[in-house]
Amino acid sequence: MLFRKFSLAVYALLILIPLLMVVLTSLKTLQETFRDPLGLPADGFKWSNYSAIFQEQTMAGYFMNSTIVTLFSVALTLFFASMIAYGISRLNNWIGNLLFALFTLGMMVPAQVNMVPLYSLMLDLNLTNSLLGLILVNIAVTLPIAVFILTGFMKTLPKELFEASTIDGAGNWQMYTKIALPLSLPSLSATAIFLFVMHWNDLLYPLLFITDNAYKTLPLALLDFQGQYSTNYPMLFTGVIIASAPMVIAYVFLQRFFVAGMTAGALKG
Amino acid sequence: MKISKTIYLFFIPGLFLYSIFFLYPTVSALFYSFTDWDGLSDTFQFIGTQNYERALTGDSVFRKTVGNNMKFMLTVVIFQTLAALAFALIVLKNTKANLFLRALYFFPTILSSVSVAFIWSFIYDPSLGILNQILELLRLDFLQQNWLGNSDIAIYSLAITQVWFHAGQMLIIFVAGLQAIPEDLYEVAKIEGASKWQTFSKVTWPLLAPSATIVIAYTTIQSFKAFDLVFAMTGGGPNNSTEIIATYIFDVAFRSYNFGYASSISVLFMIIIATITFLQFKALRSDRISY
Repeated sequence: MLFRKFSLAVYALLILIPLLMVVLTSLKTLQETFRDPLGLPADGFKWSNYSAIFQEQTMAGYFMNSTIVTLFSVALTLFFASMIAYGISRLNNWIGNLLFALFTLGMMVPAQVNMVPLYSLMLDLNLTNSLLGLILVNIAVTLPIAVFILTGFMKTLPKELFEASTIDGAGNWQMYTKIALPLSLPSLSATAIFLFVMHWNDLLYPLLFITDNAYKTLPLALLDFQGQYSTNYPMLFTGVIIASAPMVIAYVFLQRFFVAGMTAGALKG
Repeated sequence: MKISKTIYLFFIPGLFLYSIFFLYPTVSALFYSFTDWDGLSDTFQFIGTQNYERALTGDSVFRKTVGNNMKFMLTVVIFQTLAALAFALIVLKNTKANLFLRALYFFPTILSSVSVAFIWSFIYDPSLGILNQILELLRLDFLQQNWLGNSDIAIYSLAITQVWFHAGQMLIIFVAGLQAIPEDLYEVAKIEGASKWQTFSKVTWPLLAPSATIVIAYTTIQSFKAFDLVFAMTGGGPNNSTEIIATYIFDVAFRSYNFGYASSISVLFMIIIATITFLQFKALRSDRISY
């Protein structure tokens, strides 16, 4: 029993200490960090890194780009994926099965497999250095997992509901918006959170397609800070805190949904 | 009941984007893998299976990256799965304290890999880093290391970072799997006088196999895709000792401008992942039991 409690505490510290270290370091100067990397700052906490990073970097711009890309990617992926899931679950024939297989196959392909041809395609379509380009690729890449989760859920909805409304003269669009979507809300919200985390944190596609500072998202901007600030960890960690803030705040309030959402993604991915 | 044909319209937007930005590039990877395209010029030549021959016989770096990927994968799969399972068993009951701990353990999963890379670069820093300082405090100075600079251990340092990053997520999957095991099976085991180990090996483990399959398969795929972490922490160095297949494809394509060759490695990468996933599912499915 004691050993169990001890292990739990050790694991908790393994998570907490690095996180505290990030917060603490962001409130110290570089000199203080070099002198005493883990100690408390001698003359109190300083917000100078925060004001410096906002002065030296276009943080607001990066923040905006990440927000736009994430919101549109999540919303459109959910929209298109739920339509496909509705279609597959209603069809229940070989076409539906084929489409389902085609989409789920996509979950097996790591992004690095097609990044080379994708890059040249984006160049040809003039979609590099464009937020629209990122959004379109994000949708295509996360459709498989979203279709998979949502189809699994929609297949469990009772057929009688749809049959009854067909008799009442409802078309597919009405059944999709009035029946399938509202009833799939738990599954939709879990998928939304999974996608939200994925898109907000994505590095690969911005790294491939964005070179202009005006279109960089937070993860890519952070990676650039490493080039500029090298081992200036106070500045790097200030960047980390700003970039993670929305996710952390959302996690604190929606913890249960996060756990459910991220696990649904894993279980089905 | 007849379904209106308008249902086919529902597939159009998604299928359109999926075809252009996913299926087409994936199929083109196969096509380009037989060419010498540099990614920039308008022309290229078909060179048969030369790229594949080069990857499989002539490229010592590629062989090294496959080896690194295996080291990374095995370390992550073993440590992450065992740690997640062990801790899942401890925090299984839905008490307030356990719910809090699960949420805490899960926390790193929501961070971006770049953030995690920075945090662990600092921890591993040979002079500033917390790890070497703790070792000094414990009078274990002889264990101090340049954790990311020593080519013998850098890949394992990265693997530990990956475990820190994702173990909490796997823990949650195990908790879900364990909580689904009916309580009365444990009661029967108790009445029959089964030991703790017998209960685990005869009741828990067989019923946990589906979650274990998912955790192991997911961990494996994740560890092959650990591109961001490697890219931001070591960039594949020192001496290619942390270069994994994913980062090597990036280097060959976007630093050496050898798109044709990079494509052939992509195809091999796909084959490796498919084979491993298939074998794992086969191996783990076989000991599935239902009661």
